[in-house]
Amino acid sequence: MSPLNIEKGSSKHSAYDLRDPHAERLERHTLAIIVDNESGVLARVIGLFSARGYNIDSLTVAEVDHEGHRSRITIVTTGTAQVIIQIKAQLERMVSTHEVHDLTTEGPSVERELALFKVAGKGEPRIEALRLAEIFRANVVDSTLESFVFEMTGTPEKVDAFAELMRPLGLREVARTGVAALSRGQ
Amino acid sequence: MTGQMTGARMVIEALKEQGVEVVFGYPGGAVLPIYDELFQQNEIRHILVRHEQGAVHAAEGYARSTGKPGVVLVTSGPGATNAVTGIVDALMDSIPLVVLTGQVPTFMVGSDAFQEADTVGITRPCTKMNWLVKDTDKLAETIHQAFHVAASGRPGPVLVDIPKDVQFATGAYVEKPQARTSHYRPQVKGDRARIEELAALIETAERPVFYTGGGVINSGPEASRLLRELVAATGIPITSTLMGLGAYPASGREWIGMLGMHGTYEANWAMHDCDLMINIGARFDDRITGRINAFSPGSKKAHIDIDPSSINKVIHADVPIIGDVSDVLADLLEIWSARGRKVNRPALERWWSQIDEWRAVDCLAYKPGTGIIRPQHALARLEALTKEMDRYITTEVGQHQMWAAQYLGFEDPNRWMTSGGLGTMGYGLPASVGVQVAHPEALVINVAGEASWLMNMQEMGTAVQYRLPIKQFILNNERLGMVRQWQELLHGERYSHSWSEALPDFVKLAEAFGCKGIRCDSEEDLDDAIREMLAYDGPVIFDCLVEKHENCFPMIPSGNAHNDMILGEAETQGVIGAKGAVLV
Repeated sequence: MSPLNIEKGSSKHSAYDLRDPHAERLERHTLAIIVDNESGVLARVIGLFSARGYNIDSLTVAEVDHEGHRSRITIVTTGTAQVIIQIKAQLERMVSTHEVHDLTTEGPSVERELALFKVAGKGEPRIEALRLAEIFRANVVDSTLESFVFEMTGTPEKVDAFAELMRPLGLREVARTGVAALSRGQ
Repeated sequence: MTGQMTGARMVIEALKEQGVEVVFGYPGGAVLPIYDELFQQNEIRHILVRHEQGAVHAAEGYARSTGKPGVVLVTSGPGATNAVTGIVDALMDSIPLVVLTGQVPTFMVGSDAFQEADTVGITRPCTKMNWLVKDTDKLAETIHQAFHVAASGRPGPVLVDIPKDVQFATGAYVEKPQARTSHYRPQVKGDRARIEELAALIETAERPVFYTGGGVINSGPEASRLLRELVAATGIPITSTLMGLGAYPASGREWIGMLGMHGTYEANWAMHDCDLMINIGARFDDRITGRINAFSPGSKKAHIDIDPSSINKVIHADVPIIGDVSDVLADLLEIWSARGRKVNRPALERWWSQIDEWRAVDCLAYKPGTGIIRPQHALARLEALTKEMDRYITTEVGQHQMWAAQYLGFEDPNRWMTSGGLGTMGYGLPASVGVQVAHPEALVINVAGEASWLMNMQEMGTAVQYRLPIKQFILNNERLGMVRQWQELLHGERYSHSWSEALPDFVKLAEAFGCKGIRCDSEEDLDDAIREMLAYDGPVIFDCLVEKHENCFPMIPSGNAHNDMILGEAETQGVIGAKGAVLV
């Protein structure tokens, strides 16, 4: 019917589907974004990610410089190398943005996350939970006769590992802050 | 002007300080204090449009044809939401606009008040920046910032949302020189090492091509001047995107026509076969590249762009240069000259003889009419009869837009206003209003299709009110031509809802608006009819009845490579069958 040689992979019906989806490796990157602390700035950043189809694995935000009205947004994202570069460029060109740092590529950095775990149980599992908490250097911040709330800081992997261990011991709820990160050294 | 004043007064003072001469707008409850101030002064002219979308497109036409930011003033709620299409259009085409919207008073924000909409929320993804001003003391400074952001770096639309109580309240006016224009300072000077690298590539390239875009126009007249100098000095062929037409003259020796989906055969082949592609202020749009993995496979690509996020977004740049086109071109010319102004002349001559072979295909040739006007012919005649004039062209969106780009020649920048990125039907008429406001003595023609034109035809009222002698040159095929073309080529000739039924009588419509209507349906009368349009001192609606089933060629079907073009009906034979003929 149609004389057009449209090859597999591009849609016959769309003017826009022109890209080859290449199976590139996904990378995980931690970005620190210093922005003006003004209304709507977080929506602006999140909107950029959703509008362009980028991933947000975790996000934290708080004012870090009251005098200068600056907030620091830490975003953990995954994407191909090209997408990560593009995310950085898109963030940098926003009018509210002062600095963007890719902590994953700009040298060594430290990442920490704070998490709270509610673990309920009696008898042996309760004692085991407490023992494991000690090993992981988690603090008990609330206790009843049948439950604990543990507080722990660590890398996301450590938080994951602790949550896995608590699951069979009566883990009820987890609250995580998401990653905060800084580059090492001066 | 300093001291204490109302917010409404501040708006006017800030606009005056920014050198604003004209505002396109529509009043409503939430902007009445500002309109009251407008009424009490004579320096800023207000053009009352008929729909807020029209105000934004008019401001775009004004901005594109003058290089200055366009200013829009609309009310809250529906005023703001009606403006959204125009704002997105300006964002996609990098047009500097300052949109001022009224908002319900601060104490009512969030209460679902009458004519309340979350304007900054709605427009956040479609502006370069926006602000909700809650404090009259910050209003003047915010407006100054808005102008700074709209016009610097890659230009774009910004929006300032002003609640009504902020307009009434009194505060301290901040003058432009005192206003913090924030840290927003995009890089304009390119990296000299990269420019040096490009100069070296120009010296040895065997098949180089300049691929220029709207960034050259946005950079200002100096950028076009430098581009012409560079092209003349190197003798390298040059093509341009739809948005960049006029930066290099169509009559220029090195011009090989527009590129892309409906670009010329020679331009697309040159792009495909080149060994050095020099992208100046263009963004590798999908209408340009065709299939990405078949895009110019053998070339090194240099990319000059003021927006770092354009670099490597779609196509990998071997030589990325971030900076303003005029700054980078000045440095490039200087460096290339210091190195001895060398090019690979023998190879360039071979390259030109190859391009001449492609040119000989004469891809824009069209069959002579058989009495019925072919749209290409209508534009060729319009070109012949107006090219010596002080002429500005706007367009709607569709086949007529592509034909206008193909058959009209643009000799200077800022003479061509079209909706490229967003492809907004209904852009052209209000844009022509804005252009004519900016250039009252010039000839302003909107090349339109009847379907697009109907989308914002209410703006003829604006043209008549302000005696703007805009010429609406409607290529009327009683079809949504480009939709119909795609349905013919890709959807088995099932012409689903792509014809215009119950069209108005455009001549009577013109009379109803109080302007002149001309209808022409024969080739024989065409020249005289166009002359009549040009001679009339006032707005004209020209209903040019053209061949209904004409397709726009050349065409790179989506998903194909540059060297895989359809040149004409011969290559689509069998596509229009008896079944199709019955349907249409």
